[in-house]
Amino acid sequence: MDTVKDSKGMTLIVKTVTRITIGFILLYGIYISLNGDSAPGGGFAGGVIIALSLVHVMLAFGKEVALKRLHSYAMRFSISIASLVFLYVVMIRWHGSYSHIVIPLAEMVIVGAGLFAIFVALVLLSKSDKDSE
Amino acid sequence: MITVYILCLVLFSVGLYCILRKRNLIKIIIGIGIMEYAVNLFFILSGYRTEGRSPIFASDQAIKNMVDPLPQAIVSTLIVIGLSLTLLIISIAIRIYEKYGTFDITRINKLKG
Amino acid sequence: MIEIHLILLFMIAAAIIAVEVKDLLSSVIAVGAVGIGLCMAFLVLKAPDLAIMQLVVEILSLIILIRATIRKDLPFSKSGRWVFNTLATVSFIAVFLTIAYVALKNLPAFGSGPMRVSKAYLDSAVAATGSKNVVASIIVNYRAYDTLGEVAILFTALIGILAVARRIGKK
Repeated sequence: MDTVKDSKGMTLIVKTVTRITIGFILLYGIYISLNGDSAPGGGFAGGVIIALSLVHVMLAFGKEVALKRLHSYAMRFSISIASLVFLYVVMIRWHGSYSHIVIPLAEMVIVGAGLFAIFVALVLLSKSDKDSE
Repeated sequence: MITVYILCLVLFSVGLYCILRKRNLIKIIIGIGIMEYAVNLFFILSGYRTEGRSPIFASDQAIKNMVDPLPQAIVSTLIVIGLSLTLLIISIAIRIYEKYGTFDITRINKLKG
Repeated sequence: MIEIHLILLFMIAAAIIAVEVKDLLSSVIAVGAVGIGLCMAFLVLKAPDLAIMQLVVEILSLIILIRATIRKDLPFSKSGRWVFNTLATVSFIAVFLTIAYVALKNLPAFGSGPMRVSKAYLDSAVAATGSKNVVASIIVNYRAYDTLGEVAILFTALIGILAVARRIGKK
């Protein structure tokens, strides 16, 4: 992600701080969603934190970097797999000892990717509005 | 202690006044948000127990009195529904602004798109 | 329980500011204050799961509202029938509060809910599901269909937003 010299996005300070902190924010989201069975938290809160970290990248680096991530193959693959796993686990009524790990992980992936897609759609909508003025 | 419920309903009434009286679309979205907050808070207030602990067991001590966990599980669904509703209304409001150039709901009067 | 009264008064004050202020950006930020007050109320009422969830959801919706409303002016207009509209709204709210006050006397008192269903959950949650957090065990194990429906609602909203926001087919 060598776009520091690029003129898009915010200033150099914001970009550097974003590059340092983005890993910690992602890790905290995964921690919140995996630790939800013995502490406050859950899959949805972790997913929203992951979506907020992607929003952070998009606000700091401009929309090209974020759009490149949105249209990547891995993201669509992971969200489809997460949806199928979620549906399967709920439909067979799996009360095993791993269901409180599998369901929050699937929910985290779905919510993070879905909310980030919503944010990208809304920002593109208001940006084209600004161009037409 | 009925005053807590009354204050919560007053908060609901503020949102209701905003929806019924204001003419800006963003203000109407804000009113819907305030009503959501009041309903969520009413659920949690109805499940509170005096001197209760939060519903998380600990391994080294026995906890007798806990608050009701069922309204919390329902409200966690309600928060997600409120977020989805807010985002959908915002997207429609942005599209209306692009079409008509205003947020005033009395000037949005053309039927054909 | 004096602190929940104080937090509720703060939320009502912030909500009135959000409704009555003329600038749209100030109004959105006042709504953020209402949401943070709700987060504090959840913490006082012993619901830490909902406090975390409300905090992150509030941040996300605040970012999107600010992106939507920035640099757009507020047309402040008074309609012709200002007195009639205000009187109708206030009388409707008065009727609502009166009926709600009558109905609230039949609820169980604050702090002593019945807990008929929840007693079974609290008794058997740790042994049946193996997770110490009872709220997480309810939304993941006992009521997993609720979570499935929640994700379905989120997907429906995503499809609706993409259908509203797309550019194909416009001149």
